Amino acid sequence: MNDQAHVAERMLPAPAPQGRQEAAPVTTQGVRRGRLAAFLDSDLVHSFLRSKLVVVAAVLTALIFGAAFLAPLIAPHNPYDLKSLSLLDANTPPAWEKGGDARYLLGTDDQGRDILSTMLFGTRSSLQIGICSVLLALTLGLSLGLWAGYAGGRVDTVIMRVADVQLTFPAILTALLIDGVALAILKHHTAEGSKFWILVVAIGLSFWVQYARTVRGVTLVERNKEYVEAARLIGIGPFKIMFQHILPNVMGPVLVIATINLALAIITEATLSFLGVGLPPTEPSLGTMIQVGNRYLFSGSWWMVAFPGLTLALLALAVNLLGDWLRDALNPKLR
Amino acid sequence: MRTSTILKSVIAAAALGLLAGAADARSVKWARSGDALTLDPHAQNEGPTHNVLHLMYEPLVLRDRTGQLLPTLATSWQIREDDPTIWEFKLRQGVKFHNGSTFNADDVVFSLNRALQPTSDMKGLLTFIDTVSKVDDHTVHIKTKGPNPLVPSYLTNLYMMDKEWAEANNTTTVQDYKEKKDNFAVRNANGTGAYALVSREQDVRTVMKRNDNYWGKGEVPLGITEITYLTIKSDATRVAALLSGEVDFVQDVPVQDIDRLEKTANLRVNVGPENRTIFLGMDVASPELKTSNVKGKNPFADRRVRQAVNMAIDREAIKRVVMRGQSVSAGVIAPPFVNGYSKALDALPKVDIDQAKALLKDAGYPDGFQITLNCPNDRYINDEGICQAVTAMMAKIGVRVNLMAQPKGPHFTLIQKNPPETEFYLLGWGVPTYDSHYIFSFLYHTRSGKDGTWNATRYSNPEVDKKVQSLTGEVDQAKRNATIADIWKTLSEETTYIALHHQALAYAMKNDLDIQVSPENTVHMKFIAAKR
Repeated sequence: MNDQAHVAERMLPAPAPQGRQEAAPVTTQGVRRGRLAAFLDSDLVHSFLRSKLVVVAAVLTALIFGAAFLAPLIAPHNPYDLKSLSLLDANTPPAWEKGGDARYLLGTDDQGRDILSTMLFGTRSSLQIGICSVLLALTLGLSLGLWAGYAGGRVDTVIMRVADVQLTFPAILTALLIDGVALAILKHHTAEGSKFWILVVAIGLSFWVQYARTVRGVTLVERNKEYVEAARLIGIGPFKIMFQHILPNVMGPVLVIATINLALAIITEATLSFLGVGLPPTEPSLGTMIQVGNRYLFSGSWWMVAFPGLTLALLALAVNLLGDWLRDALNPKLR
Repeated sequence: MRTSTILKSVIAAAALGLLAGAADARSVKWARSGDALTLDPHAQNEGPTHNVLHLMYEPLVLRDRTGQLLPTLATSWQIREDDPTIWEFKLRQGVKFHNGSTFNADDVVFSLNRALQPTSDMKGLLTFIDTVSKVDDHTVHIKTKGPNPLVPSYLTNLYMMDKEWAEANNTTTVQDYKEKKDNFAVRNANGTGAYALVSREQDVRTVMKRNDNYWGKGEVPLGITEITYLTIKSDATRVAALLSGEVDFVQDVPVQDIDRLEKTANLRVNVGPENRTIFLGMDVASPELKTSNVKGKNPFADRRVRQAVNMAIDREAIKRVVMRGQSVSAGVIAPPFVNGYSKALDALPKVDIDQAKALLKDAGYPDGFQITLNCPNDRYINDEGICQAVTAMMAKIGVRVNLMAQPKGPHFTLIQKNPPETEFYLLGWGVPTYDSHYIFSFLYHTRSGKDGTWNATRYSNPEVDKKVQSLTGEVDQAKRNATIADIWKTLSEETTYIALHHQALAYAMKNDLDIQVSPENTVHMKFIAAKR
């Protein structure tokens, strides 16, 4: 049995990426530089550097992510500290406008919060929710897709029919539904604190289908390949085969979906907040800020909606461009 | 050639004639932030609900924009000389309900008794009634528990239903709104009013058509042929709808947009004070607050805490910034229209953060405490903005407020539930009777039976209750006013409620309409003439 397994494993094509196996023994600097050089010389990097637009998008994304996650350090004010707010500072225009105040570079909102600081913290909330919900959708979609594709039969039918049914609803509708049900279950007084996780679950659950379908498709192809059959032959359990042997082969397309979905998740969060079911106005995300600012559009307080709106648009655009590029770069058919 | 000229002039004249015909009548698309909660005439004593009901249903007596009582379904009323506890109402003859049946004394007896049912929200207005009886088809006697000179002003929002219609449709019992019950009258209407219901989609649109058999034809302008009442919750969308011409009349104009609308050609903005005060209520009697981190005791039960909260609120800042000047800061929850109001009562507490903190420290809360504030977001002008401002002001004295804003339907249910499901809340109270008793009986009287139905503070003071009850039977106006002043004195020392401001209103509309602000914020469309 032992011998057989040994022979069988030698017959397998390497299931995991080559790099991981090398990583352990490589310690000398020379080789590490060699790897870096190899990476810098790869197709991915070349295709990245070739397109100026993608470079700009990457820089923009990095800037926004950096600024958002450093918000507590770099924001001039803390918008969550209600003690520091003064109603008398409310509705101040940006510093360069008439009536502006140097303390508030981009002006203040209707409660006297600094727009710039609120935006930094708000972007942070938006990104946190976006990333967490993408991770949730990815985990769920990946597991169910692998299971459906590998097990086939009734499991496949059930999972994919559920997915098909969910696909007939727009994602925002599903998210609204889950959000509403969660609020009703959790009752109002406990809901505020757990709002963040409710949003993560609502958005995560409305985006898992795409992952599941993609992963299932790839799995269907992979499970009949020789290396999987061989692995099964030597008695490796289905769980290990799915996650150790098949999973690495589906990561490419999943990564692409995840990037594009991040932009979608951020926009969905903003939409939910804009509709008033997202983050509360005391802890605003970009969507909440746009909702509040929207009320003051006719009265001329354009800065309340313009800056968060612009940030949201730029963020979504940049992440989307990166996703698009990644899709093209990783697609062997387009090379 | 000549015939064609003549033909042309005939056509032109006809066209002009058509235009002229259209000039004195038009339909109106009317937008408001919130809808009537129900069409059951006695299920909710709430402003926007009354606003819609008044179009289709009518009371015996109507209060007009200037505060005058107008004969409506009753033509005259007086206290019987032989018995001061009997009010005699003479009913209007020849009035028909929308379904064609005749209005008579049976309907009045039925409607008033219906409004006295336990599930009715109007019962608190009628605590003075002993019995209602029919004398003949067009005369009704209301026997009061003691002599009561103010009976007609309690009846201005009490609508008359058709007894036969209610019986035929199994809707003789009032809808229990707070328990989310339903009945036929919730979605259908059969009144005597100037407009009859065509269709209704709750929280979306209600369409009403002019009643061609209306008894007041010729007496009131009736310039509006059809009313489409739309609920547009978002401030910006509502204003945009008016600017784009999609609606003709916006009843709740956001204060920040008044300027812009006034400057727009073809639009008119009318402003005026409302007979309504916005205030905060606190649970002052429960042994423990569910939403607070303080366990084993209730911070609001301590008067010093209430005074600290009162002192921490900068009303003038709310007025200037949140309300943009469209309010009058208040020290008492009685609007200036009300009998019993005085400038001394309405004096504003001084804003003093240090003293407020000292009071909290004395009360045993040096680090403040946590509490949830319930707030409506589609009822009063900038209600959510006010609550947010209060939240920030509370933070300055260490009280950490968790703000919970939601539409008025669920919000009011929290207040009306028994026991109430809120411990700190925003509410506005309008006073259709123009008398303090209405405030006392609904907001301060111990919650029991017909009284205290909107009192979610759990405040209960038997002495105050007794004095409030004595008001209904007091005929001597001077003595009655003295009791009112006495009650207010006790209550303002208690600080059960924290008054914020008396609300002002702004209506915006197309130029050919001229709808003046009414202190009750109820628009009686039958009085509106359309002129182009």
